[in-house]
Amino acid sequence: MSVKSLEDLKKIKEEALRKREIRNANARAHITVAMGTCGIAAGARETMKAVLDAIEKDQIAGVLVTQTGCIGLCEFEPIVDVQVGEETKATYGKVSPERARAIVTEHVVGGKPIKEWMITR
Amino acid sequence: MPDQFYRSHILLCTDPECLAKGAQDIEDALVRALDAHGLRDEVDILETSRLGHCHTGPEIVVYPEGVSYINLTPDAITEIVSEHLLKGRIVQKYQFTAEVRKDEELRAPAAKEMRIIMARCGVIDPENIEDYIADEGYAALGKVMSEMSPRNVIDEILKSNLRGRGGAGFPAGRKWEFAANQKSETKFVICNADEGDPGAFMNRRLLEGDPHAVLEGMIIAGYAIGAHQGYIYCRAEYPIAVRTIRIAIRQARELSLLGKDIMGTGFDFDVELRIGAGAFVCGEETALMASIEGKRGEPRPRPPFPAVSGLWGKPTIINNVETLANIPNIIRRGADWFQTIGNEKNKGTKTFTLAGDVVRTGLIEVPLGITLGEVVFDVAGGIKDGRKFKAIQTGGPMGGCIPEQFLETPIDYENLGALGSIMGSGGLVVMDDTTCMVDIARFFMDFTQDESCGKCVPCRIGTRRILEILEKICKGDGEEGDIERLESLSKFIVAGSLCGLGQGAPNPVLTTIKYFRDEYEAHIREKKCAAKVCKGLISYRILDTCTGCMVCSRNCPSHAITGEKKQVHILNDDLCERCGICLTVCKFDAIVVE
Repeated sequence: MSVKSLEDLKKIKEEALRKREIRNANARAHITVAMGTCGIAAGARETMKAVLDAIEKDQIAGVLVTQTGCIGLCEFEPIVDVQVGEETKATYGKVSPERARAIVTEHVVGGKPIKEWMITR
Repeated sequence: MPDQFYRSHILLCTDPECLAKGAQDIEDALVRALDAHGLRDEVDILETSRLGHCHTGPEIVVYPEGVSYINLTPDAITEIVSEHLLKGRIVQKYQFTAEVRKDEELRAPAAKEMRIIMARCGVIDPENIEDYIADEGYAALGKVMSEMSPRNVIDEILKSNLRGRGGAGFPAGRKWEFAANQKSETKFVICNADEGDPGAFMNRRLLEGDPHAVLEGMIIAGYAIGAHQGYIYCRAEYPIAVRTIRIAIRQARELSLLGKDIMGTGFDFDVELRIGAGAFVCGEETALMASIEGKRGEPRPRPPFPAVSGLWGKPTIINNVETLANIPNIIRRGADWFQTIGNEKNKGTKTFTLAGDVVRTGLIEVPLGITLGEVVFDVAGGIKDGRKFKAIQTGGPMGGCIPEQFLETPIDYENLGALGSIMGSGGLVVMDDTTCMVDIARFFMDFTQDESCGKCVPCRIGTRRILEILEKICKGDGEEGDIERLESLSKFIVAGSLCGLGQGAPNPVLTTIKYFRDEYEAHIREKKCAAKVCKGLISYRILDTCTGCMVCSRNCPSHAITGEKKQVHILNDDLCERCGICLTVCKFDAIVVE
């Protein structure tokens, strides 16, 4: 599709928002891994892999995994955001592959956020 | 030495705490056990710093499995070697298992931050244009294309008082106005993403986290000045940013937001990526343009300014990544809104990278006009390890070092300039009281003299001479008149250099002389380095409290320490390299630096 007018742009925006809504409605959880240079340097690729492996191994349905850039807390990388349903988003710091697996099983599946690993604001 | 292949590597923590708990005995036991099983050629032992659990040390980590063993004794080692390394069975009773939860509290910088240009970073998926559009992305472009003339756009940017974020702080609107007023069929927009200051990574982060915002800013700039081609000049050292830019350009083209007939208005604009080859000076606008043209990256005199005669002699605007990322926000929310942020002459927010001896390093976005002290103590959480603040360097290697008495200074272009420093692109390095200011000046001069392109003699040779004088002072060979020589050399370099590199290179030297002259004098006259950093001015001595544990003599790489067991050891000053290892390994505080 190509944007030939303001209307077209609005359509894309609405479509994107609608997709996002459907996605959020269908997904019971949304996991976002920060994959900027700082994140990757701190091991975000391994973290991402661990998240995907954990989801696949336990065949957890309805979990959406996306990536994002750096949020500025480079010292706490790898950073992973977890949003389960309508709960407030949890931001985890220094997420090693082990922690990532634990976050998937305990928070995403078990519904118990792991407070100790969260970045407090 | 040929590379030896080991099937296993053992990391042994030789942090003072672990050494105090017997890490040396563990190493001896490891060697014995490996020898006993004939595994010495297959398993490598590496001494490392803290592995993370020194309070439960001694500890080792065995790779490739990555198993962490803690609370070790020589007997435990015997067992681990015969079970794990010989038979491949992990010895669970010594293994550190995931009680990682009792970790330090992770606390993010709070309140005083204000995220506008970084609002989407770390939130959206940078590789998905829909995510950007869903979040008001390209709405500013839509507004420009549907209801604003190029003149309206320039007026809005002028009114916002947005100043260039690349360092010089020139009003972006005026730059655009100059270029717009030029009569030329061909004009160019360049995004300067050659972020070369050591420790600065604001632009990288924006490009990696929100690349479309920069593209949108460029398209709007192109429309405002009447350009149809843009270039993003990004350094090769940012492979992930390069990747996200490429993806963003492709996606924007697919939606016809880049290319011919943008949004059906008949306006054409496309962007190409150019990758720098590593020269620091190519961050300077005229050198950058020479580099895009395929020439040697060297600056040229201005005027003519790029807005009049830039890339291939055509009117060109060069804006920093962050400047361009501000544009969509200003257009969408209006110049009046932008005016509400910042102080009188400095509007909007600025991103900074925080590095050095502060609790929280990383990236921040704060309104301009916030004080240095607020950034160091409120946003960055103060100085690490309870030490004392000594100086903050703003603006990268060409910035000045600002001492404690100016912590109340607002961070803006004028105030930093008045202190002899610069805003630069936004690198902040905080130094504690263990920093020697002469050594710091030497460090930065080492960088700038290395990066001087060589075109202007004062910069090429002057920086070299300054470095030599500073090295001499650090070695303890400083003489009367050196400070004055540094000052006069600096003056010539500033006056006789074409570009910001030479004009800014003496800043660290001049500011350290201005604010820490006593340190220079102590180095030269008393041959003393108060911070105990300069190796030529310090020596190590072993006190009578030495218990003769032999840890220092075993760890000394230059074999400068001798002595019998349980006897006070002797340090041979001629052999001593002043590496400081003995100081860190001594458990009895029996070694002093003088």
